[in-house]
Amino acid sequence: MQSVWALLSFGPEGWGDDLAHGVLVTVSLALVTLPLGLLIGYLIALAKQSSEPSMRLAGNIYTTIFRGLPELLTLFLVFYGAQIGIQQLVRLVRPDAVVEINSFVAGMIALGAVFSSYASEVLLSAFRAIPRGQYEGGYSIGLSQRQTMRLVILPQLIRIALPGLSNLWLILLKETALVSAVGLTDIVRQSSIAARVTKHAFMFFGVACLIYLALAIISSFGINAIERWVGKREAQR
Amino acid sequence: MSTTSEPTAKALRPPAPPRGWSSERLMGWGFVGLWIVLGLALVTYLFSAWNPELFAKYAPSYLSGLRVTLTLVAISTVLGAVLSLPICYARMSKNRVLNAISFGYVYFFRGTPLLAQTFLIYYGFGSFRPQLEAIGLWSFFREAWYCAVFAFALNTAAYQAEILRGAIESVGKGQWEAASALGLSKLQTLYKVVLPQALIVALRPYGNEIILMIKGSAIVAIITVYDLMGETRRAFSRTFDFQTYLWAALLYLSLVETLRHFIDWIERRITRHLHR
Repeated sequence: MQSVWALLSFGPEGWGDDLAHGVLVTVSLALVTLPLGLLIGYLIALAKQSSEPSMRLAGNIYTTIFRGLPELLTLFLVFYGAQIGIQQLVRLVRPDAVVEINSFVAGMIALGAVFSSYASEVLLSAFRAIPRGQYEGGYSIGLSQRQTMRLVILPQLIRIALPGLSNLWLILLKETALVSAVGLTDIVRQSSIAARVTKHAFMFFGVACLIYLALAIISSFGINAIERWVGKREAQR
Repeated sequence: MSTTSEPTAKALRPPAPPRGWSSERLMGWGFVGLWIVLGLALVTYLFSAWNPELFAKYAPSYLSGLRVTLTLVAISTVLGAVLSLPICYARMSKNRVLNAISFGYVYFFRGTPLLAQTFLIYYGFGSFRPQLEAIGLWSFFREAWYCAVFAFALNTAAYQAEILRGAIESVGKGQWEAASALGLSKLQTLYKVVLPQALIVALRPYGNEIILMIKGSAIVAIITVYDLMGETRRAFSRTFDFQTYLWAALLYLSLVETLRHFIDWIERRITRHLHR
């Protein structure tokens, strides 16, 4: 029986490099999804706090759908749905084409949709925490609507929404585990392969859990640093 | 003396400014129109792809899948609620050791993906087959269904312990002191004074936790439990018909929405005394 350290070592014998590759995939998927989800979430939040009822309705429909569906089902809908849809479009031109959707992109779209619908709720409540006087103040000193948003509202919005958003980031990090179901070689998939080959299932899945814990701890250090930085800028005023 | 002031002219409210078709309004209706088109496309697709044979074959299995999902969530939520009580107690106790253990438990189960936990229990415990056989637990951990219930109960216990702790701590300290001044024991205070107030705070997080469990339960399909998601995957792998996934999406969406409105209704009812 091989020792635990030999199994986890880097090199042709050990699985360390495979797991490291899995960590890279997980982290890069989460990091790519974050800006996408934040941008869409911001736009949805703007729509939901608009004075125009039709805007609010459209935003609420988006949130209801992507918060109500299981993340795994959303992922399959995107993965197979996009595959079938694009395939049918391509077959109009070339009847024998076979389309394969990249599972990384499918994961990014599905997780981004789920993340944005939760983020829009966080940002919406942050928008509501900013008093109307801030907009009026911006207007009275001659700022345009866009300038008011960028210079007055956004800095406060970020500070208020930061705890909620960092919570969502930790959830996103955990949700990336689902992409292993559509064949992306993330942490969970790599440790499944290692477990099947070496028959040390408990150890490899335990290591996978510990890696996720380590990622969560590293992120909370990062979040604390951002919070301090945002707080310091506030104190300087 | 002067007469009472008579309104010389009737104060008229200025007419409301005309609501023109601003660009925002146009865009809003554009988006709503997009949703309507998507909804109609979904309905026409499901209508055109309607296949009585398929429906007769798979509708019963979808229903049984829905039952499995609901049973799984119900059992693990109740077990988790029971398990969360000692964890919550340990989390709030002043004992260092209890505190550290419960903190570690909660941190582990909240910091790792439910999928990894489920794999750890279903595949990982297989590594200890001889030991588990020796103590007679192997027949339990051999079954994917029991492993799923076990993993989900442990996971939700961690979340529910935190919900309960937050709710109890949200009740002011003065409530405890007042009850103790009245001569109530600690347990009486908890049941008669603190919990009735804490549960109002906890209702919404508990509801969210149940909804998260329903959504999270889809992953048991990966470890071959035939819940709603599992039946859907089986139907899709046999027919390659995309409508199988769309039906599952509609079922999940209506389930979650029903539950959400039900929780809203309960919350409105139990906070009636707070509204004026």
